[in-house]
Amino acid sequence: MTTILSCENLSVSLMLAGERYPVLNQLDFQLQPGKTFAIVGESGCGKSIMALALNQLLPPNAAYQENSAIFLGEEDLLLCSDVQMQTIRGKRIGMVFQEPMTALNPVFTIGQQLTEIFNAHHVHAEQSLQQHLIELLKQVGISDPVRCLRQYPHELSGGMKQRVVIAMAIALKPDILIADEPTTALDVTIQAQILDLLRSLQVRYGMAILLISHDLGVVSQMADDVAVMYAGQFVEQGPTQLLIRDPKHPYTQQLLAAIPRLDQHDRPLAYISGMVPGLTEPKAACPFANRCPYAWSRCWAEAPLSVEVTPLHRVSCHLYTEDPSMLADLKISEKQESFVVNPASNDHSEIAFSVEDARCYFPIKKGLLQRTVAMVKAVDGVSLCLKKGKTLALVGESGCGKTTLGKALSGLLPLTKGDIRWGANTEVLSATQWIKQVRQQLQMVFQDPFSSLNPRMMISQILSEGLLAHGLMPPKKEQLQLLQGLLDKVGLPQESLQRYPHEFSGGQRQRLSIARALAVNPSILICDEPTSALDVSVQAKILNLLKELQQKDHLAYLFITHDLAVVGYMADEVAVMYLGRIVEYGLREEILKTPKHPYTQALLRAKPMLGEERQLIAPVIGEPPSPIHPPVGCHFAGRCPFVMKQCLSEYPSERSVSATHQVRCFLYSE
Amino acid sequence: MRIILLTSDALLFALLATFILLIFMALRKEHWRRPWKKVLEKPLGLLSLLIVILYFLVALLDSIHFVRALPETTNGALTQYSTQVESVLDNLMAPLGRITEKTYSAPLATKLYTKQSKLLPNGDWVRDYLPLTIITMTHAVPTPTIAACVAQGAVFTLLGMACLISVLLLIMSYRQHSFNQAWQRIFCKKTNFPWYTLLVTLAVLFFLISTTMLLIPYYHVFGTDKVGQDVLYAAIKSIRTGILIGTLTSLVMVPFAVILGMMAGYWGGLIDDIVQYLYTTLSSIPGVLLIAAAILSIQIYITNHPETFTTLNARADIRLLALCFILGITSWTSLCRVLRAETLKLRELDYIQAAKLLGTKDGRILANHILPNIMHIILITVVLDFSVLVLAEAVLTYVGVGVDPSTFSWGNMIDGARLEIAKDPLVWWPLTSAFLFMFVFILAANLLADSVRDAFDPRAED
Repeated sequence: MTTILSCENLSVSLMLAGERYPVLNQLDFQLQPGKTFAIVGESGCGKSIMALALNQLLPPNAAYQENSAIFLGEEDLLLCSDVQMQTIRGKRIGMVFQEPMTALNPVFTIGQQLTEIFNAHHVHAEQSLQQHLIELLKQVGISDPVRCLRQYPHELSGGMKQRVVIAMAIALKPDILIADEPTTALDVTIQAQILDLLRSLQVRYGMAILLISHDLGVVSQMADDVAVMYAGQFVEQGPTQLLIRDPKHPYTQQLLAAIPRLDQHDRPLAYISGMVPGLTEPKAACPFANRCPYAWSRCWAEAPLSVEVTPLHRVSCHLYTEDPSMLADLKISEKQESFVVNPASNDHSEIAFSVEDARCYFPIKKGLLQRTVAMVKAVDGVSLCLKKGKTLALVGESGCGKTTLGKALSGLLPLTKGDIRWGANTEVLSATQWIKQVRQQLQMVFQDPFSSLNPRMMISQILSEGLLAHGLMPPKKEQLQLLQGLLDKVGLPQESLQRYPHEFSGGQRQRLSIARALAVNPSILICDEPTSALDVSVQAKILNLLKELQQKDHLAYLFITHDLAVVGYMADEVAVMYLGRIVEYGLREEILKTPKHPYTQALLRAKPMLGEERQLIAPVIGEPPSPIHPPVGCHFAGRCPFVMKQCLSEYPSERSVSATHQVRCFLYSE
Repeated sequence: MRIILLTSDALLFALLATFILLIFMALRKEHWRRPWKKVLEKPLGLLSLLIVILYFLVALLDSIHFVRALPETTNGALTQYSTQVESVLDNLMAPLGRITEKTYSAPLATKLYTKQSKLLPNGDWVRDYLPLTIITMTHAVPTPTIAACVAQGAVFTLLGMACLISVLLLIMSYRQHSFNQAWQRIFCKKTNFPWYTLLVTLAVLFFLISTTMLLIPYYHVFGTDKVGQDVLYAAIKSIRTGILIGTLTSLVMVPFAVILGMMAGYWGGLIDDIVQYLYTTLSSIPGVLLIAAAILSIQIYITNHPETFTTLNARADIRLLALCFILGITSWTSLCRVLRAETLKLRELDYIQAAKLLGTKDGRILANHILPNIMHIILITVVLDFSVLVLAEAVLTYVGVGVDPSTFSWGNMIDGARLEIAKDPLVWWPLTSAFLFMFVFILAANLLADSVRDAFDPRAED
């Protein structure tokens, strides 16, 4: 097999406050034409700096270490001058970034930005440039390329932008495409389309793809070979299917175990204790030693060498260099789970609250007189029922109105219409009555752990805020005990009270968020994607904590998420939302095992699952329509593979599949 | 002796007290202590802070005013006071400013700059460069040479620095329990604090001040102006005016900007519309016009109410205050705009939403969540605006709508230099000294503002 790019001993160090810290350590890998090599790891392990290192785009305080070499064909890139690198970037190495919103310049049209690439490299196509660009956009699956060339980035959706970014990357038919988390910012159905596109382009041009991702699901679907990165090192490297089926390194094993699976409702998620070490923290010889359940004295003293356990599968761990007889003596400390998941009780638990026909409309005002010209129907007739001690998951892609609904129910946004009932009462509460009654009963956990805590307040102030507002603050003596009790509940040390939020990691901040919500003893918690900003291993800990708290305090959760695997672990009931309406509603098993609505089916199939064979076709085409001008008939009709004539003219009414399972689709009419 | 409290003095001291209180409170909060430590750890930040503190010290000393009692009269009437208002600074600097010449004299000169007529003992009139009063007055002792004064100043500086360093070492070794450690901390760069910058700056300042003090009794260091007034004295007295304009204007401006900006950003809707209309209207009127109108009407008010403003000082003072006030009114708009935008951004953040969910009242959210998070912007803007305002005073006075002509100010000095530059031979020193004093101050204030901004920049946080 020929090799296009080979990295040898790639080491990079970063200068911080006068000291050198290694960020990349002795990386060795090869890229082959038509093959995908993936690098997985949690945030902060050096993935992105590697993509920059390959392009010689390192920040000024970083430097390559001796003996590092990157061979592109015969040429060593590290010996190239800046001018030479400019001809290589873009032309021989294409790059796709994570955030399509910032990868395009908002003041130029797509056409101008694409033309720029050809001008920069003095490449002149045989056909006219216009023709060439149209061809290019067609290749990346843009249906109306002529119009797209004239459009500005803000006129395109996220998926379309990422297609344009890919078009820019492949415009000069590079040998290598570096994709740095290309689908992390996209919805799961769009992600499937983009992955599909990357695969088909690879087959067509025989490019080598270097895929950088934190998502093992995506990697297992895309990559031929994979390397697991931890603290700037490859701890394990091998063919994807082999590595995922039979992981050798303790880190890989635990990372795989931490991913929630669709059927994992009854046992707690495994997690990795501790955190990824910071750059400036002192490390053991094996960087994973302090989090490793198998670690023994040798791991602290001596760096493990890479050994080949099976052909092509390499691991850097002392477990595999040790004499097997010694391994038998090694006592492995089994991790004890802190709690046991109770078997799901099927009894009819009490209703915490219910809402019928909730609507949230936002007027679009235009002109001098601010006349309302249209309505954004963000939430359009949703009925939900939340039970005590149970979790209702609200699933949907971005823009479907799930967050709006959460905020409207908690009173942060006005509800245009909707009958809310507290508990099993039959009395309908007006919106203001509702807010008055539930202010203390209903709290929220937010998505972004960094913006959800005031950086200028001490933890003790943050936690006591709600108590003060409701006059629940106990006398001075008991105060400390109460706040420490709260920290205990979410598993944080008691010294945290006198510290500021910036001293905590993302996972710890999310715990603080939960503690703040719990301070006022609520009975309902709205969790708005509480783990989507966290790494897999941290996510597992937070989900376990939420579940444990629910069992202890009998809390009702409205769990807003886009991740079906999380739903599989957390939810008792599931509501699938599409463009402001609920299209399917049922028990967890019903939705995940026997999904009825084509959209639910598509969501389930689009989610890249571990260890499955490669999926060749994205389950749905297109993107969700705009909520300002929703289609006349079924909202999903435009993307549905089973679309019928009826679907285009009227919206399907609710049909019951079973007593607990409702769906809105004409496929299931009698 | 009787203490006179001018309105501006009272305001300046009130401001100082608040400042000290704020610093005291801020030092207890970790997220405030950290950036200030960063300012102090940068050599340039420390240097500019020292200079700014020196200027402030001068302004404060110049703000303690009193009048002397006249000698007792025999008939036992009530004690009469002199009409001459003096400040502590005047007495510290004496005899600076007490001795006036006939007219211009060059810096460090012994004779007048222009020829004057003189009556000779034989009854003839001659025109000659006459010796200065300051030279003829000190007839008892021979006038020391400039070099001697400089040398003496250097000796004083060496002695002073030696004293300072030994006191520092004593204190530090007491706290560190080891002389060696204290020595190393100061001289071997063991800490992040730029000790060398501190010591060198102090030495230079000490040298300049002591040499000047030695020269004062025998020379006009920066020469004299048209009416024979010492230029150095005028330049030093102008410091108070500049600082008053800078600080009191901020005092007027900040509450307006903060309250209106936060309200507009947080509540939006009608309040936002009103505030926006207000500042759009205000900033569309040329500032100079507004200031000129206000100053002229104040002047008319003063002339119509002579009973309220009995002394010359009180009149000049009220005009200065009016200028501060009107400058404040015209300059709050830009800060308000920035604060409104920042509040608009903060309002949507999750922690504000969480606070609302917890049932926290709006007033509390504004005070506990929004205000601390826009504080750094206020601080940076105030420090940056400070130098702009001092410059504005100079410009406005030059135009004729600034402070009272009897008030010492850099603007007045520059205004006077208009004619002097056209003279032949050129009289360059009043303009140069005003420029020098203002330049050093504005540069230090700007450098300080820069390091404060860097230290408070959230993106730069480790």
